[in-house]
Amino acid sequence: MSYTIREVFRSGKFVVGFTILVTILLIVFIYPLIVRHPPLQIIGQGTFFPPGIYVSTYDTVNAPTTYTLNLDKAESRRIANRLKPDDRVAMKEWLVAFGLPEEEIDTENTAQLLAQWEANYDPNLRLPGMTFARQRYFQRVNTSIQGLLSTEGAIIAVPNAETGALDQKGVVKQTDYANVNDVANVQLLVLGTDNFGRDILTELLAATAISLLIGLVAGIIATTIGLVLGLVAGYVGGMVDDGIMFVTNLFTVIPTFVLLILISFSIGQDQRGAITIAIVIGFTSWVWTARAVRSQVFSLRNRDHVNLSKLSGHSVFRIIYASILPYIASYVVMAFILQVSSGILAEAGLSILGLGPRTTETPTLGLMMNWAMIYQAHILGKWWAYLPVLLMIALVTFSMNLMNTGLDQVFNPALRD
Amino acid sequence: MKGYAKYFSNKLGWFLITFLFAFILNFLLPRLMPGDPVAAIVARQAQGMSNPSGVQAIYQQYTELFATDKPLIEQFFIYVQNVLKGDFGYSFSQYPRKVSDVLAASIWWTLMLQLPAILVGWTLGNILGALAAYLRGGFDKVLMPASLFLSSFPAFGMAVILLVVFAVNLKWFPTSGGYGFNLIPSPTPGFLGSAFVHYQLPFWSIVIIAIGGQAIGMRSMSIYELNSDYVKFARFMGIKDNRIVAYVFRNAMLPQVTGLALALGTMVGGALIAEIVFSYPGLGTTLLNGVMGQDYPLISASTLIITFMVLLATFVLEILYGVIDPRIKATQSD
Repeated sequence: MSYTIREVFRSGKFVVGFTILVTILLIVFIYPLIVRHPPLQIIGQGTFFPPGIYVSTYDTVNAPTTYTLNLDKAESRRIANRLKPDDRVAMKEWLVAFGLPEEEIDTENTAQLLAQWEANYDPNLRLPGMTFARQRYFQRVNTSIQGLLSTEGAIIAVPNAETGALDQKGVVKQTDYANVNDVANVQLLVLGTDNFGRDILTELLAATAISLLIGLVAGIIATTIGLVLGLVAGYVGGMVDDGIMFVTNLFTVIPTFVLLILISFSIGQDQRGAITIAIVIGFTSWVWTARAVRSQVFSLRNRDHVNLSKLSGHSVFRIIYASILPYIASYVVMAFILQVSSGILAEAGLSILGLGPRTTETPTLGLMMNWAMIYQAHILGKWWAYLPVLLMIALVTFSMNLMNTGLDQVFNPALRD
Repeated sequence: MKGYAKYFSNKLGWFLITFLFAFILNFLLPRLMPGDPVAAIVARQAQGMSNPSGVQAIYQQYTELFATDKPLIEQFFIYVQNVLKGDFGYSFSQYPRKVSDVLAASIWWTLMLQLPAILVGWTLGNILGALAAYLRGGFDKVLMPASLFLSSFPAFGMAVILLVVFAVNLKWFPTSGGYGFNLIPSPTPGFLGSAFVHYQLPFWSIVIIAIGGQAIGMRSMSIYELNSDYVKFARFMGIKDNRIVAYVFRNAMLPQVTGLALALGTMVGGALIAEIVFSYPGLGTTLLNGVMGQDYPLISASTLIITFMVLLATFVLEILYGVIDPRIKATQSD
């Protein structure tokens, strides 16, 4: 036994897969101990906030001390940041229509573009062929550019309770800075928020845990059913074997996916918890294990050591436990790993169809994918809503398949490199 | 010929039995659903109606239409009769469209998408797998982990990635649908061109996933065969490498044909989900609409058609297998 384990851990593929899986497991277990807010808590008002560090604007303005920093590039950075790509293209369009050669205008070079705009733009000039609405648009663009170029600070005012007039409370100069450590509320959202305004990283790790659990439960059920049926069919043979094989053959050709859809749909939205889904997946995916175990037991049951055990009067359980199971153990372990990974994928597929676990309590990887698809994160370019989920699914299943390939090579020497 | 006849009739019998079984499951499972689907559809139809006797009348009309007030066994025979006539009743969610019309509009899209995609993926995967086993070395070192990664990747994941890269960012292909939204399906060059452009991303997302799974299987099979005694013997006999490779390829192919027959259900399931990502007008999207609309005639008819297609394809593959593997004939005539 210990020799086998040592041999298994000498396989590069297995070790890589195992390491990835254990790392994911560790992160999934440790993260909730550090970040304690519930995974489905809605924190953002709005959809798909991009990843980043969120600093409270109110607290920044009211930071206990402000610092003055004179940075060379501060102003041009500020303008470059505020000038949207659409505005740049519009500016270029006006300048070209005005008569500037197109190749001289670079929309990426903020300083040059602004200089050209300053030198040439005239709000009262009506270019031939330009509609009035378009002309007004350029006037608005110009006003906003003038606002950007202003070097005065922004005034902070509070309404006077009696008169309703605004009283100046302070001025924020363009050179004022606040130290992030002085700001009371800073929130790091590593992966931003999803369509409901929930922190994706927390949600993702909780979902990974649930999906792994679903895979595990499905895998245990499928492997147990498959193993028992395979052992009974293979060892007992005869009518029992025919009966079991009839059922197995039926379920081999009927697409599992269709069964899953029908059963999940029949259970109904309210009854579908994560574990229910796992059980359904388990009960529909035992077929392969049963077939393979049966054929292996079939070839084992007339071996000498099994016959010897029978002659010694050992009970059926003892024969199966001591003389047959050790021979098929490696296969069963491999089948189990495959069942877990395909269980995770089956859940994801069901959830995308809208047949996953009900959505109020726990996220799963499939549900997160489903939400991202329904809110069109992929078309809107909100990569943080679906890419981490896809990567997590791929990493989990890939690590398991890698472990399996590694095991396969250890137990089937012909496949070794 | 006696061997073949026995094999074929055996397979045909199995095909009929499994189909019957699937048919019963298909009828029974959705009808075990709690809640009254007729009540749901009436609630949607009667929205804004304040006359209770009017609502009652609508309820009765629908109950009769779908025969949900009769015992289950009677419903079953009505269902069998109707299915034989090609009549799956009315769709709940798209009433007054008939389910058969909804499916007739979507089935061809799925068929035209999945059949070629799975065949191309299978062929390419087998060629790559055999090459990996034969060449070993660098090619194998790159192909194996890549195939393993691809095959553990869900089909919808590949669909999303292709969609984001080629449709959203590069804008080479449209993001959704089976043809331009301003076109009506007709055999005109404009429509066919649009359908072709819309076809590419769903097609390749299925092909790439299929390649991954098949290449791994073919590689293992080919390695087994390359190490077998007849190959060594052939080498000692000085038979040319090309011919040996041809033998090996043929022998390794046979389990792959069975493998395809057995994996077909899973592949079709994954591909249906990929259709949803692209809002492709096929059965996958229809199924999604059915689930969203709690539409059991539509779901039950779609799953029945999917099951039928998968079973039929499996049957055809098994017949094909019987023809290309001479050993089948030998074992059957014993």
